Amino acid sequence: MHTPISTADLANQFYKVLPKDAVLDKDEQLRPYECDALTAYRQLPRLALLPSNIEEIQAIVKICKEHKIPIVARGAGTSLSGGALPHADGILLNLAKLNKVIEIDTYNRTATIQPGVRNLAISEAAKPHGLYYAPDPSSQIACTIGGNIAENSGGVHCLKYGLTVHNILALKILTIDGEILELGGKNFDSSGFDLLSLMIGSEGMLGITLEATVKLLPYPHDKKVLLAAFDQIQKAGDAVNGIISNGVIPAGLEMLDQLTIQATELYCSPGYPSNAAAILICELDGFDEELETQVQLVKKILIEHQAIEVRIAKDKQEAELLWLGRKASFPALGNLTPDYYCMDGTIPRKYLAHVLESISNLSTKYGLRVANVFHAGDGNLHPVILYDANVIGELETAEKLGGEILELCVKVGGTITGEHGVGVEKLNQMCVQFSETELSTFHAIKAAFDEDGLLNPGKAIPTLHRCAELGAMHVHHGKLPHPDLPRF
Amino acid sequence: MSDYRDEIASKIQDAFKQKQALQIKSGNTKHFYGRNIQAETLSVANHTDIIEYEPSELYITARSGTSLIEIEQAVADQNQILPCEPPHFGTTATLGGMVACGLAGPRRVNAGNVRDCILGTEILNGKGELLRFGGKVMKNVAGYDVSRLMCGALGTLGVLMSVSLRLLPKPPCEQTIAIAVDSDTAINKMNQWASTPMPISATFYDGNELYIRLSSSATAVKACKKIIDGHQIEENDIFWNSIKEQTHDFFNSDIPLWRISVPPNTETLSLPGKSVMEWNGALRWYKSDANENTIRSEAERVGGHANLFRGNVTQQVFHPLTEPSMKLHKKIKLVLDPASILNPAKMFAEL
Repeated sequence: MHTPISTADLANQFYKVLPKDAVLDKDEQLRPYECDALTAYRQLPRLALLPSNIEEIQAIVKICKEHKIPIVARGAGTSLSGGALPHADGILLNLAKLNKVIEIDTYNRTATIQPGVRNLAISEAAKPHGLYYAPDPSSQIACTIGGNIAENSGGVHCLKYGLTVHNILALKILTIDGEILELGGKNFDSSGFDLLSLMIGSEGMLGITLEATVKLLPYPHDKKVLLAAFDQIQKAGDAVNGIISNGVIPAGLEMLDQLTIQATELYCSPGYPSNAAAILICELDGFDEELETQVQLVKKILIEHQAIEVRIAKDKQEAELLWLGRKASFPALGNLTPDYYCMDGTIPRKYLAHVLESISNLSTKYGLRVANVFHAGDGNLHPVILYDANVIGELETAEKLGGEILELCVKVGGTITGEHGVGVEKLNQMCVQFSETELSTFHAIKAAFDEDGLLNPGKAIPTLHRCAELGAMHVHHGKLPHPDLPRF
Repeated sequence: MSDYRDEIASKIQDAFKQKQALQIKSGNTKHFYGRNIQAETLSVANHTDIIEYEPSELYITARSGTSLIEIEQAVADQNQILPCEPPHFGTTATLGGMVACGLAGPRRVNAGNVRDCILGTEILNGKGELLRFGGKVMKNVAGYDVSRLMCGALGTLGVLMSVSLRLLPKPPCEQTIAIAVDSDTAINKMNQWASTPMPISATFYDGNELYIRLSSSATAVKACKKIIDGHQIEENDIFWNSIKEQTHDFFNSDIPLWRISVPPNTETLSLPGKSVMEWNGALRWYKSDANENTIRSEAERVGGHANLFRGNVTQQVFHPLTEPSMKLHKKIKLVLDPASILNPAKMFAEL
């Protein structure tokens, strides 16, 4: 029979293996960790621990395993789905101090880094060698590679360059049993099962990342940015299909609906045509001669699909301005409303017009406005529900509307989450996307790695008895968590 | 109707009850790959047909028994390709075999492995239960990536029923340039050029000449040819097909063939026997009579591993796993195949 240990005794255990300032036990010290970017859910951990190296992490895990203490690992806490929400009985394992770039190997085009290294810091370290790390989630100036690995993060450039899983070569993982697993390497495949793929996107539930080796790509010679405006969403959607069908894989292809365009114009005047029903922002990159051919082809396709305007950015500044508007979309929408929810789902692109029409109907049904930002290239949709938490019942209404949108994504053959992860946010929608047997398989895989269920319990995979929960990112009166981060 | 899910499921359910081991077979073109096992045959060869193909959505979904020739023709008709350019090793090669073996071809160097182009899989587990993981969209992070886990698992974790694959546009122009260099220079050049934006979609070194395939618009290919400054070879497609299908002269002998996977920029290995290289040096094929321990030690020394690809010189076909890794492998195997009936011991004797 396992006797629970008191928090004071637990802290004493950690004081034996960690420096004093690496163990936080007072409420005011724990408060900064009570939530991630999904601020609707808050929970203080019993303790927060800040190890500086692998030996300290191993010591922490040993104590937690012995006393059956849940562990929630955290990088920068930018998760939009509650992945780093602490557990009431557990410790918060802050890995931000493991922030060293261990090696940039230019000959093999790899970077080996600790989990607390920021996503953008990898590209910054590789830049002098003409190389960069491609996956670029919007929070990249703050989010850590450890978090990216846990969520299988995406970004704007996924269609051409893949998600995190396509860009990781090796991981060094610590299991809850204290074993170090070395998965992958600088070579291109491994013997045995693809445990590397299984680990990526496992939301901190199968192991703790101690070190990662990522793929670096050469900078393209040049980039070109185009903007196209349409008087109907359907035409914009058809244009996207036209581009892909003609053999062009854009580096980025984004769509904004009318509400988003108008909000952005009010906010920072990027010069978008505000009467357009939808605009496309298309980025092409590559080898010089290849790029020029693509630009001409894409322009032709946009015109063929009745774009009412096509603009090619003349220089770097103009290109940046076009992107600036897109990147400011979320704060711009925040200006229109006391609060908003940002949803995350992926749909097959051909259903875009149908899904947007259905969202518009749902918006009318529930009486709340919804703006749509769409990673048109890969089908990842971010509906943004505008509401006012001070109006009684409006929060719950927004949640219901959000839930229906996610279920619609599944209905048209898509998925409930394209890049934000499930966390706590989408647990009930997992019951829509997966069967009982599939969920049981997930639980059994988890048990293979962690039979006591100590790593990030209660996340990502719902129990079969799960009841409906809240789901989405809240913005209260313009106070966004991590306000300095671009959100797009 | 070529949907044999129910029939195949029923056979697995029976085998599960009897604890009867099954050997999963489809086109049987890669029968030489992996360990030799003896078990009752479970054929999925009749479970065929393309279920969904959306060129503008960049994916194709097909049943596992569908022939690779059929899939490649269907996508070629729409000017698209399978990014991983998989070897067939025979006309009856199937989609299921491609995924189960996880072997990619020359294009892997810039377009990814087999597992990189998997969007979703539908499988029957070792109890005959139908499970679906992933889907048909690229950005999909719901649940653990059990879909990709199937890739390269040689049928030991489930019987593939259907797979959704990501596609790429067919490059408008492909040409191959060759230059005469020594081995270390070849490794150096391949990796130097891989650090530039040049659209290099395949590399091969035969001991004398380094072959570089350029795939892009005609103007880009022309510009790159000037940079590489070699001589263009005739019959680009035939050449690369011989590499992919291992009909090239190098592969034509009875000496054991070892597949050594190393970091691309690794220097020429110190091993007896003849060798050729692919994937910027990350894949080294060795025809060698050397002892398996000699070969594996050398591979490990440089941060790689060695698998016996053809030949019967050892039953330890795949590079041994570390103890913690093997422990996990066994647990995962039990999750998906609790009675251990699916291709038991196909990868490792103890799995």
